[in-house]
Amino acid sequence: MTTALNWRAIGQEAKLILIAIPVALWTLIPIYHLLLFAISKKDTAFSGNLWPTHPTLSNFGTVFRQEHYFLNNFWLQFWNSVFIATMTGALVLLIATFAAFAISRLKARGGRFVMNLALFTYFIPAAFLAVPMYRTMGLYGLLNSQWALILAMVAIASPYAIWVLKQASDKLPQELDEAAIMDGASPMQLFRLVYLPLMVPSLVAIGTYAILLAWNEYLYAFLLLSKDTSLTLPVALGNFLAADDSPWELLMTTGLIYALPPAAIYYAFRKYMVSGLTAGAVKS
Amino acid sequence: MTAATLPGAETLPKASPDRRMQSWRNWGLLLLAPYVIVFALFVAYPVGYALWVAHHPQSYVDLASDPIFFRSLWNTLLFIVIGVNLKMVVALYLSGFFANTRPWIRWLSVLFILPWAVPSIPTILSFRFMLNPEWGVINQLIFKLTFEDGPNWLNNPTIALSLSVLVHIWKSLPFWTLILLAGRLAIPSDLYEAASVDGANNWQKFRFVTWPSMATLYLTCLLLSMIWTLGDFNSVYLLTGGGPADLTHVLATLGIRYIRLDRVDLAMATIVTALPFVLPLVYIMMKRFSK
Repeated sequence: MTTALNWRAIGQEAKLILIAIPVALWTLIPIYHLLLFAISKKDTAFSGNLWPTHPTLSNFGTVFRQEHYFLNNFWLQFWNSVFIATMTGALVLLIATFAAFAISRLKARGGRFVMNLALFTYFIPAAFLAVPMYRTMGLYGLLNSQWALILAMVAIASPYAIWVLKQASDKLPQELDEAAIMDGASPMQLFRLVYLPLMVPSLVAIGTYAILLAWNEYLYAFLLLSKDTSLTLPVALGNFLAADDSPWELLMTTGLIYALPPAAIYYAFRKYMVSGLTAGAVKS
Repeated sequence: MTAATLPGAETLPKASPDRRMQSWRNWGLLLLAPYVIVFALFVAYPVGYALWVAHHPQSYVDLASDPIFFRSLWNTLLFIVIGVNLKMVVALYLSGFFANTRPWIRWLSVLFILPWAVPSIPTILSFRFMLNPEWGVINQLIFKLTFEDGPNWLNNPTIALSLSVLVHIWKSLPFWTLILLAGRLAIPSDLYEAASVDGANNWQKFRFVTWPSMATLYLTCLLLSMIWTLGDFNSVYLLTGGGPADLTHVLATLGIRYIRLDRVDLAMATIVTALPFVLPLVYIMMKRFSK
């Protein structure tokens, strides 16, 4: 009896492992390949080795010292990415928190309508909005300005932010507002002293969401920015492809450096992110 | 009620309830204003402008006379119908795998999220170099094993498009698996226990317990993923660049191609032709989400 049970448990475990191996390989191979290139010199990287024969960190030195003409503006472009992501995060938090507070707590007239506008924007594929956005940014005279990208990212990130923050605000007890009103608080006092402190976890999730969205954005950055000195890192990475003799090992190294901050942020705030995202979708 | 005595609040003049309601309403409008302005300037105006630019019938005649357009429509359809369904079925299956509570599976799930947690550019470029016909690791392996040259992967439109679909699945599979996993974990475990008592096998448990509880969620995810996949520019553009010979474009990259050719009207018209498909889906989603 016990042995039969053991065999069944082992069989069950073996089945899980048989699923796990392809899943792990599928997930990790492209990332491993990226890492492998980042720690290999050009000749070893191009020789098709499956593991690093002569691991070296010299590529990182080349990137950090900007010692290749593709990398002349590496630090500037890194800073551009940081600046655009941070500004997007800050503006989205400001705009979306105001809107969610107005809709959920102040019951602003037209709040439902604004919520629907936001949802509509959220569901429209971002790539479809890119073409009209590119034209209008031109009309506004914002092309090639980093503000064009920041504002575009704010327009794209705010809808989801408003939606999540509104869901979270709806869960706060109504008695809090009533108590504040009894004490004669103004709406802004209610906002600052009661609402904001209670919303901190959702604000962290949304700030992270907006920052990652802007940091990862390729299409809009590629359309709206063109000067080498105003580009963000992903566009600079894409530009490597223009040349036939691209230094792929440096491209992969830069790509790895670019991928590390969002991965670190994601894992640091994983709890907030996953519960925030899934709570939204599972609602149905 | 003793809660929340606000500093400074007691010094405020007590307004009459009516006037206070009015002032709260005004504050509400004021706080909505920033988003409404952003929406008007960067969503409503561009969309209206696009519709205006694309209203001329000649644009559609030109569009229809471009063979690349129909090829792109077909590619987009393949991407959505085959790619998204394949992705969601795998995500549904894997959500069952990750629902097993074992420490090592929890570790694997942390790794499994990586494709979604890292930006798509570096990993797509990594795919691209793996597929390089001369220097890529795949063809070098093929050569070492068979002493023959491997195929020029991205030079064949069918293979190139299939690989774009795979890259898309690689990137977004973790997200949908997580969502479906959350849906699975919300199913009360006594339903499974009852099914076990009745002697149900794994397939029957899925068929009669899991699926009925998850069908709505699955359908929502499927539709949402279809809309969003329509906007997947990176998986195609960065892997194939739309090539060879512009044969792997999808609608999302075709619009950008027309901008490059300086035909903004065609770019706008491309988007408009997708609207009959996009808008009903968006409407269904809005109904589901604004409950």
